[in-house]
Amino acid sequence: MHTQMNIAVVDYKGGNVQSVLFALERLGVSATLTADAETIRRADKVLFPGEGEAASAMRELRTQGLDKLLPTLTQPFLGICLGMQLLGTHSEENDTDLLGILPFAVQRFPASADYKVPHMGWNTLHALQSPLFAGLREGDYVYFVHSYFAPVGDYTIAQGRYPAPFSAAVQHRNFYAVQFHTEKSGAVGTRILQNFLTL
Amino acid sequence: MLTKRIIPCLDVKDGRTVKGVRFEGLRDAGDPVALAAQYARQGADELVFLDITATNQKRQTLVTLVRDVARELDIPFTVGGGIGSVADVEALLLNGADKASINSAALQRPELIDELAGRFGSQCIVVAVDARFSPEAGWQVYTRAGTQATGRDAVAWCREVAERGAGEILLTSMSHDGTKDGFALDLTGAVCAAVPVPVVASGGAGRMEHFTEVFQQAKADAGLAASIFHFGEIGIPDLKQHLQDAGVPVRIGSALAERKVKA
Repeated sequence: MHTQMNIAVVDYKGGNVQSVLFALERLGVSATLTADAETIRRADKVLFPGEGEAASAMRELRTQGLDKLLPTLTQPFLGICLGMQLLGTHSEENDTDLLGILPFAVQRFPASADYKVPHMGWNTLHALQSPLFAGLREGDYVYFVHSYFAPVGDYTIAQGRYPAPFSAAVQHRNFYAVQFHTEKSGAVGTRILQNFLTL
Repeated sequence: MLTKRIIPCLDVKDGRTVKGVRFEGLRDAGDPVALAAQYARQGADELVFLDITATNQKRQTLVTLVRDVARELDIPFTVGGGIGSVADVEALLLNGADKASINSAALQRPELIDELAGRFGSQCIVVAVDARFSPEAGWQVYTRAGTQATGRDAVAWCREVAERGAGEILLTSMSHDGTKDGFALDLTGAVCAAVPVPVVASGGAGRMEHFTEVFQQAKADAGLAASIFHFGEIGIPDLKQHLQDAGVPVRIGSALAERKVKA
């Protein structure tokens, strides 16, 4: 049903893009991995995956001019993991200025004996409030791997707990983003990707 | 709540899984893609592929396998065995592996951990540590598939790899591996207390209670096993129910999720 859709996956050497491409392929959708501004601007949907370190990711985005392009996009946009954090204003990770699409500042989890950092593994979703989560329930599990987090705010559309609440997903206008790996979160993650494709 | 992870480990040689695997309804038990999918359906939280291919020219087979598995698998997977360089890790990640596990190469040149974490991020760099106990030397680290003693203390080495940027430690007790008498609770507990990163306990699982112990007493973040899963001695859904009944947080109901979430 989505085969006619034109989907761009932003290529900025940001980590696990291949997993995201495979997840789309499993949904019968072919996507274009691209850093080309025109291709991204014309796409029906834009996915912005990411893993790794914030400062080098921002450097790569600036090199390719994507830091100017991304905030101007108007089609449904989905950031994943680091691709969510980069939408904020600033990250504690190497004192990095981010894209500034959403008003949050990214902080590091405090390490403790009971709460290891990175926060790695399957954890529950809470306070779901978005069509992105249609068909899901409070307490459904998704897979997280991150050492930094966005605090809860008006923009939060799902919360995680580790142990304090943090933003598991955020939204501002057409910009949606999730901290967890939708592409590695089993049937629940697949449903979220499907939901995004129908936005 | 963050759950404790159950991780089946598959040995891979020349692109095929080795060790007999008894699964009902699997046409080809050596097919890593089918096996991976089967474990994911049963509720495995993650998979580890350990490549035991001896020769370098066969490495391309591993990369192809990783790609085939990643194409089908919607849970995370880690690939280890013979990884020695930034280029090795890059090839695996580019083809869809989520984490790379290094062992002997890190012992040979510990700076490799810093380089890999700097290049790819700590979240995808696992350091595997094989340890054996002796009354004289305590818990010592072994290398080259457990054949050579290194003289390093296991807890001290785990602390060092975490400081160098490992995002996770895969800790195997060679003294317990294959015994089915339970995990090394003392070693696992000592490492979990010493490092700020998640620890996967491996070696010795024989009964479901062993997982309860390693999670509750040793505070492991994940438990890894091979043959008890492959031979169907312990089913993952039963294990998870057992853990939940014992008060261990686990992800249950992936089958439920499949029903509920299927569009």
